[in-house]
Amino acid sequence: MLRAPRAFPYRLLLPAVVAMLAVVLFPLLYNFYLAFRNMSLYHYADHRFVGLTQFRQLFSQPILYVLFGKSLLWTALNLFFHVAIGLFLAILLTGPIKGRAFYRTVFILPWAMPQYISALTWRGMFNYEYGAVNLILQRLHLPAVPWLTDQVWAFLAPVIVNIWLGFPFMMIVCLGALSAIPRDLYEAADLDGANAWQKFRNVTWPQILPVLTPAVLLGTIWTFNNMVVIWLVSQGGQPADQTHIMVSYIYKVAFTYYRYSYAAAFSVIVFLILLGFVLFTLRRAAPLEART
Amino acid sequence: MTGAGRARRRMVGVLKHAFLALFALATVYPILQIVAVSLRPADRLYSTSLALIPKDATLRAYHAILFEKDFLLWMRNSFVVSLAVTLLGVTLASTAAYAFSRFRFPGWREGLYSFLLTQLFPPTMLMLPLYVLMRALHLLDTFTGLAVAYTATALPFCVWTMRGYYDTIPVELEQAALIDGCGPWAAFTRVTLPLAAPALAITALFSFMAAWSEYPVARIIIHRQELYTLPLGLESLAGVFQTEWANYAAGSLFVCVPVMALFVVLNRWLVSGLALGGVKG
Repeated sequence: MLRAPRAFPYRLLLPAVVAMLAVVLFPLLYNFYLAFRNMSLYHYADHRFVGLTQFRQLFSQPILYVLFGKSLLWTALNLFFHVAIGLFLAILLTGPIKGRAFYRTVFILPWAMPQYISALTWRGMFNYEYGAVNLILQRLHLPAVPWLTDQVWAFLAPVIVNIWLGFPFMMIVCLGALSAIPRDLYEAADLDGANAWQKFRNVTWPQILPVLTPAVLLGTIWTFNNMVVIWLVSQGGQPADQTHIMVSYIYKVAFTYYRYSYAAAFSVIVFLILLGFVLFTLRRAAPLEART
Repeated sequence: MTGAGRARRRMVGVLKHAFLALFALATVYPILQIVAVSLRPADRLYSTSLALIPKDATLRAYHAILFEKDFLLWMRNSFVVSLAVTLLGVTLASTAAYAFSRFRFPGWREGLYSFLLTQLFPPTMLMLPLYVLMRALHLLDTFTGLAVAYTATALPFCVWTMRGYYDTIPVELEQAALIDGCGPWAAFTRVTLPLAAPALAITALFSFMAAWSEYPVARIIIHRQELYTLPLGLESLAGVFQTEWANYAAGSLFVCVPVMALFVVLNRWLVSGLALGGVKG
């Protein structure tokens, strides 16, 4: 700790705090305010207080529950494959293997690419007749898939894109964690005659878990809130708004259908879901100060 | 080691390499695909060929994107907005993060947690109110509006990563400066800040990149075509699978290649930066 006049840290904080109040806190409070009103295209200037009407409407319609399910599915599928692929590649690339530097560079590329370009490019590749994905499937004598027009495939297409662009982050995290494991732990396991699976289960996994857990927590929130990929690959939810997760649907409802207060109320619900998830997880993990 | 053991090890090695090579191909394929499309002549966009260098390859699209489309204008717009966000974000964050790193004060914990809390908000929870407020303040279709919206997301990230880096700089250096008669402000600006230069650079780079590639906020705030940023402009080209497709691909490459090169160069730094700022907490 540094000794300084008591006001000094507050002075350092002042500019950032003022900015945060203006561009983050005030808009957030305004979002809560909107959630209890009836602002929409028809009531833009003359919106009024309607209490819990928006929430009542949301909870009484199936769309909220359907989208919640899709958000969960989206997040679970992505996180599972991000971690599985990332960890597997990291393990392969940790041992002495030819071309390690080359592979590490190649596997980081999807992360380096701006998300919107990845999404737009993949959308072209998913085109039914001229897209590379179907052309490759046909060369392999597999049937062409209606990637962008069938509602199930149109949901899986963005999942594939997001897995492609998300695994490098987990790979980097795992590579860092793996390189920090002391080698003598493996030597001791070898002496005990452990096989490869036992070494993974009893040495590698417990050693990387403390690093992997916060990364997965962050990844869960990012993925749950990521609408760019779904939005651009499915062109705003096509076919017929069937491919949305919660956040992309809110975006559509707000900025295409102009149902502002309905969207604001929906955002509040998503926020509460995420808050609940994080509080639940943090209670089990070590608190912030313990690690600083 | 027995002969069978050696054979088995070689098998595993071959399998490993086969898997890595296949996966590497799948990883770079979409990028190669952009290259292939960008080289296609206009009459061959509807092609069922999988060749990476198409027949009659042409640089026509590169010429078109640079001299016939508004690409350079989009790039300028993106540059102006991203630069403003970066300067604002890093300046505000460098002092606030320092306070969080070097001092404990009432509200320290709450302040720090509140920066983390911003990561929890669904993006629409900021976008919608900002949109409504900006509409009232006539900030729609202005770079100011866009920069303000981006700063809201960039600032917490900048504070968090900067604090992580300050924490690694020994506080004794400033204590020595204070004993030598420096004021706390001078100790900060003359001792710590120069040492934190690499973190400043990385934080600046990341907030620049975030603004440079942002799409959903730009789409709701900017509608006039002459104010389009790169993501809006490129999306307008990719909107239809037709003649513009090659131009889109060429433009994307101009945007991607420098970014990816930078990422590869900063690869190492990235890992430690992530570990320090993001994960360690």
